[in-house]
Amino acid sequence: MDFEKLGLKAGIEIHQQLNTKEKLFCHCPTALRDFEERTGEFFRYLRATESEMGEIDRAAKEEMKVMRRFTYYTYDTTCLVEDDEEPPAPLNPEALSIALTVAKMTGMTPVEQVHVMRKLVIDGSNTSGFQRTALVALNGSIPGGARIETVCLEEEAAQRVEGDTFSLDRLGIPLVEITTAPDMHTPEQVQEVARTIGMILRSTGCVKRGIGTIRQDINISIAKGARVEIKGVQELDLIDEVVRRETARQVNLLGIRDELHRRDASVNPEPVVVTSLFADTKSTILKKANFIAAVVLRGFDGLMGREIQPGRRLGSEMADYAKKCGVGGIFHTDELPAYGVTAGEVARLREFVGAGEGDCVVLVAASKDRALCAATQVMRRAALALEGVPEETRKMLEEGSTSYMRPLPGAARMYPETDVLPVPVSPERWGGIELPELISAKAERFVADLGLDVALARQVAYSEKARAFERAVEGGVKPTLAARTLLGTLRELSREGVDVDRLDDDAIIEVLTRAESGTLAKEAIPGVLSAMCGGSRIDDAIRQVAPAMSEEELVALIRDILSTRAEFIQERGMGALGPLMGVVMKEARGKADGKLISELLKRELQQMV
Amino acid sequence: MEQNPDLPELAILSTGGTIASRIDYRTGAVTSQFDADDILRAIPRLGEIAQFRAHQIASILSENMTPSLWIDLVRSIYTEIRNGAKGVIVTHGTDTMSFTASAVSFMLETPVPVIFVGSQRSADRPSSDNVMNALCSASAALSDLGEVAVVMHASTNDDRCAVHRATKVRKMHTSRRDAFASIGMLPLGYVDYPSLEVSLGDDAVRRGGTEVALHDTIEEKVGLVTFYPGMPADVLSRFEGCRGLVIAGTGLGHVSTACIGALRDLIDGGCHVVMTSQCLHGRVCDRVYDTGRDLLALGVIEGEDMLPEVALVKLMWVLGQHDDAGEVRRLMRTNLRGEIRRCSCNGF
Repeated sequence: MDFEKLGLKAGIEIHQQLNTKEKLFCHCPTALRDFEERTGEFFRYLRATESEMGEIDRAAKEEMKVMRRFTYYTYDTTCLVEDDEEPPAPLNPEALSIALTVAKMTGMTPVEQVHVMRKLVIDGSNTSGFQRTALVALNGSIPGGARIETVCLEEEAAQRVEGDTFSLDRLGIPLVEITTAPDMHTPEQVQEVARTIGMILRSTGCVKRGIGTIRQDINISIAKGARVEIKGVQELDLIDEVVRRETARQVNLLGIRDELHRRDASVNPEPVVVTSLFADTKSTILKKANFIAAVVLRGFDGLMGREIQPGRRLGSEMADYAKKCGVGGIFHTDELPAYGVTAGEVARLREFVGAGEGDCVVLVAASKDRALCAATQVMRRAALALEGVPEETRKMLEEGSTSYMRPLPGAARMYPETDVLPVPVSPERWGGIELPELISAKAERFVADLGLDVALARQVAYSEKARAFERAVEGGVKPTLAARTLLGTLRELSREGVDVDRLDDDAIIEVLTRAESGTLAKEAIPGVLSAMCGGSRIDDAIRQVAPAMSEEELVALIRDILSTRAEFIQERGMGALGPLMGVVMKEARGKADGKLISELLKRELQQMV
Repeated sequence: MEQNPDLPELAILSTGGTIASRIDYRTGAVTSQFDADDILRAIPRLGEIAQFRAHQIASILSENMTPSLWIDLVRSIYTEIRNGAKGVIVTHGTDTMSFTASAVSFMLETPVPVIFVGSQRSADRPSSDNVMNALCSASAALSDLGEVAVVMHASTNDDRCAVHRATKVRKMHTSRRDAFASIGMLPLGYVDYPSLEVSLGDDAVRRGGTEVALHDTIEEKVGLVTFYPGMPADVLSRFEGCRGLVIAGTGLGHVSTACIGALRDLIDGGCHVVMTSQCLHGRVCDRVYDTGRDLLALGVIEGEDMLPEVALVKLMWVLGQHDDAGEVRRLMRTNLRGEIRRCSCNGF
């Protein structure tokens, strides 16, 4: 695909969880919990409310096709604010400082007052029915030149447990939302910009890490297509593929539109009730349903099953729309006979609804209300196929294809949060924000000043232990030892089941400093750290794991070993050094420094030879 | 908006509640337009339950409610009932809802349900409790109930509303949906949601038990004071000139010995003093300790198991009806609207 020629325009919104002590609008910790730890649950209904303009947002309306009952899990780390039972606390100043830092790093202009707004979200993921969001700064750019339009602070939504059940531990964790201008024209550019913004965010040292802590929403359109927002891309490496697949989807939908126009296709305005046709069907789904509606799509035959993205067809798009009414899915004649529906039944159906050869018939089976609602949704999506690409919010599926969530939200979606006072951003506050070093700059510095190789320097700079690394090196620890221990040893210990989270940076740095000064053998570092993870204090851990050998003891040990191998030494001369080193190390590993052992062994050997 | 003429008629009187209100972002205030169309557009399901006549009595935050507005309100309720309303719904801010509800309860003899309803989350939020509370209140207003009640969320779930007796209900939480609780008794009943099925307990007064009657005079010069350790006696002296004073005393109904003199002066000056307890739960008994006996000797009236604010409203009303000290004392100790229970039930 020639993306430039197709007129690809893409922008991204990056949502990054902040590692603050408290949530954005209450004083609960930002801790994620296991569902089994919940202390209780409650349930609510949400409804679309009119904006002050008297309109109901189109995205909100779509979510309200059926009255949904949402269940919420509570924890001993959540409170009445998450339950929507208490007004919000003032905006968390720590979170605001981090957002301002990010804004300053990208050369943005802060707003004079931070005003919190409510953004309608009635899919159940917010107990209140809205997400609080606040614009913090405008107009910046990142290295490489991509423009940043806005930085906002938002509250994280509740985590879906399953179906309409949500867990309140995540609700209210502060998020920084960075929105770029729609300046990117290739999938690779989108990925690169996302990578750079991720790096900038991590450079603050104040963001959460791990799966789900950063999410990218991608806005994409092509010249004749439409703006589509793809939500929740969690893996950076998939971004280019998502862009490629969405571009393909829009191209293919335009192709289908052209073909429909050639066929003079249309959508029959009324669904037909066909319940009685399937009274004796072998299809369990149709048999179970007490109401079956059929929609006739003139000229759609064969197009419903046409692939528009890997694993996605026009039929899947219609099924997504229908599911908003609470039905499980749809049947259409492009895929029938199948699922227990016979060729005879299809023929009778076509005859009954007056569908010709080139037409497609879609079936929805459910209760009467739901089936009619779903049929209307199918007709709506079919009509949109005649126009081309609908503006939609979509969610990413595995591998990078997407499914329909709801229409793009309209302007009726945002209104002021009246329960939170505006927060001024004074010139003093803005001026007092210190800029952290960019991780990319840090990595370059590690190469230039410390002599680390490029790959290791990057690895250290990007890791959570970058600060500990720098402190250790400042304290005289050799960079390679510090890097190897902080990145390698800790990970290996963790893999062996050692609870390395019990170690704070100070403890690790103390171990490294002792090793560097020679009072602890480097070989004993893993053992000592492991003992400390088990609760031992550093001196006890060293005594227990690596009782240091004095030089005299070491010499005695070496002489002892050499005396029992006199024949071997006579035979090999100094060539025995290597093999003997192994024997000595077996006894002395971790109890003395390897270099010292090697020197003493060489000296003793020379004397014997 | 078309209403179904086959459905029973309900009246909705608004005092500034949030059921159909919208925020005016220019002023931050609640807009004053309030008619049946607004309500039905905001809560379409109401139109399937009843026909509505709507009137706006006031448009205020409930902390700005006054006894004179209680009187405007009760007169409108009376007129609606006389005009055939099968029930009356009053939308009200939650802060002082129980004061107004008990005032209406004393001023009105009603054969139909008079239901007070409000919401703890403003109507502009998708999670507002206003829709469920309004629907449940409409169902309660059509039910077999025959007294003044408050209908609000029974728990944090959207599962049912409780029907509370006006003279036994209190706002017991600043923000939760289920802030309202019956004190000293179970709720009169419940309205399930979304079925809107009403179940009433034996305690609930039933529909049609009386003719509608209005007694709308009130004595506003009545005070309510909460005693606290070390309270200077001259705090009480400030109520000189009041015709009545309700004290929320400690425990069984006490004030400090230091206050006795000031109370004597008040009572000698013609002020009726009624003792209630800041414990809220339980009955006043001033015969157990010395201070209590001193209070009784002064002529302090034991307020039985009345809530302090209910005793205040009742005293205002009783003094509005009667001048005779003996009659005032008798009525204050007599159950009129379910505000005094003969026995303090087990479990409360």
